[in-house]
Amino acid sequence: MILVFCELKDGQIRKPSAEALSEGRRLADASGKKLGALFAGASCAGSAEAAKYGADVILTAEGASLASYSSDAFAQLVADAVKAKGATVLLAAATAMGKDVAPRAAARMGAGYASDVTGLAMVDGKLQAVRPVYAGKAFATTTFTSAVQVATTRPNVFALAEKAGAGAAEALAAPAGSFKSIVKEILAKAGGKVDLTEANVIVSGGRGMKDGANFKILEDLADALGGVVGASRAAVDAGWGLPHSMQVGQTGKVVSPTLYIACGISGAIQHIAGMSGSKFIVAINKDPEAPIFKLASYGIVGDLFEVVPELTKAAQAMGIGKG
Amino acid sequence: MKILVALKQVPDTETKIKVAADGRSLDPADVKWITGPYDEYALEEAIRIKEAKGAEVVALSVGGDTAKEVLRNALALGADSAVLLKGDGQGDALAVAQMIATYAKDKGFDLILCGNKGIGGDNAAMGPMLAELLGVAQANVVVKLELGEGTFRAEREIEGGSEMVEGSLPAVITAQKGLNEPRYASLKGIMAAKKKTIEELEAAAAPAVAVVSALALPPERPAGRRLEGEPAAQAQALLQALKDEAKVF
Repeated sequence: MILVFCELKDGQIRKPSAEALSEGRRLADASGKKLGALFAGASCAGSAEAAKYGADVILTAEGASLASYSSDAFAQLVADAVKAKGATVLLAAATAMGKDVAPRAAARMGAGYASDVTGLAMVDGKLQAVRPVYAGKAFATTTFTSAVQVATTRPNVFALAEKAGAGAAEALAAPAGSFKSIVKEILAKAGGKVDLTEANVIVSGGRGMKDGANFKILEDLADALGGVVGASRAAVDAGWGLPHSMQVGQTGKVVSPTLYIACGISGAIQHIAGMSGSKFIVAINKDPEAPIFKLASYGIVGDLFEVVPELTKAAQAMGIGKG
Repeated sequence: MKILVALKQVPDTETKIKVAADGRSLDPADVKWITGPYDEYALEEAIRIKEAKGAEVVALSVGGDTAKEVLRNALALGADSAVLLKGDGQGDALAVAQMIATYAKDKGFDLILCGNKGIGGDNAAMGPMLAELLGVAQANVVVKLELGEGTFRAEREIEGGSEMVEGSLPAVITAQKGLNEPRYASLKGIMAAKKKTIEELEAAAAPAVAVVSALALPPERPAGRRLEGEPAAQAQALLQALKDEAKVF
């Protein structure tokens, strides 16, 4: 069996989990295995949706002790489920939770682990993963020698594929309390926008923005395009009050949106490492020699303070980002 | 309180990556090696705890002779002692975690700090794996850490915000940028570090279970095009191209 650890949000499967399920279905078909979906929480309402993405079996662990995320409890639960079902492949989405629980579960099982993968295949009955290393400056093919293989899938990379599965429900026992650590509180930031790593459109600003307050024009453009705002390390380190969570690059977030608009970003190796996986890259920069233009699908040599507001206006006029 | 800081030597972030002749490893020529940027936050946090409430700080790295630079630097910054586990510190995360766990398990560490990821393999896995192997609590990607009597509170980054994790010590905490502002080594610290010895131990045998079988550079991006004209015309042309050619919208 290929088992996919899935996350629910507001009673729905999170998109990165649905992507992992879709990829799990493809791998299961390629290797003649069953696909299982695993959920854990105080309530797993909404887990039946996993059948839509091809789950043959839907495992749910429900209980008050699982109301808040605990690294050790969830890792144990996941490892126990792998063992109980005789699964040989464990997948999770490379989200904050997935990247927290999967390596811990892998260690518990003595299993090899590949994080944030962008490609998966079954070769001779074992998982093989392709994943960015050196923050996307190179791609490594990872092979496994362990009986169980574990990987987390990078959001926005694997296509969603609907394929009806049997979706047989099976309940798992929730662990009793007494965990080593537990989440006590979620401190959400204002806006509740999607995270950079999951965003479809990113508008990013660099040193050329000159000041943190100027990021307002990027916010406006992002709103018009249905996207979110990122920043280069130069901008985050400039003391403009931009949080590190906005940073795209080797020491920030590695993103793979459909569209990445780089405004006033020269294109240091450090930054390119974090965004070169974007499908389409737009560069807006005054300097026609800026290295970012070498990557750009579309380049605009010009003053971003003139071009960006025009883009916002035009996007609003065209009604982009409404659907 | 006894703190272990696990430090990894990684290629400088500005390094241009080249693939070695074997087709599966990094060509070490022209690579400048540095302490993992996230490990610097881990070390700084350990030193701050030591300054605030007193602690013994042990710096550890897995690697060859070159990794001693990382440890020398840690001593200069304020680590009390340094241990080099001689083994492959660049390979499989689980193997590295096993080497460190074997070393650490009977030493009575209350806190183990490391970066939330190296910037080589980018697995972000060693910390949580080490926590599991030691059977202790973990908090990853931490931007704020408070210690109580045998407990910790850690704020960690999640999608669109952060969450507060509470747990018991011992624990493995992996550091994120924002946890603190690392200091520079003082001349006095650098001189003192030169006199300290780095303990060298053979790392425990730990077979790699995930192996890199091929390393390749990313595919070249197709050539793009420039959009000319006045800003308004450029904006119009861009959105039209994104809509019609790229079909982004």
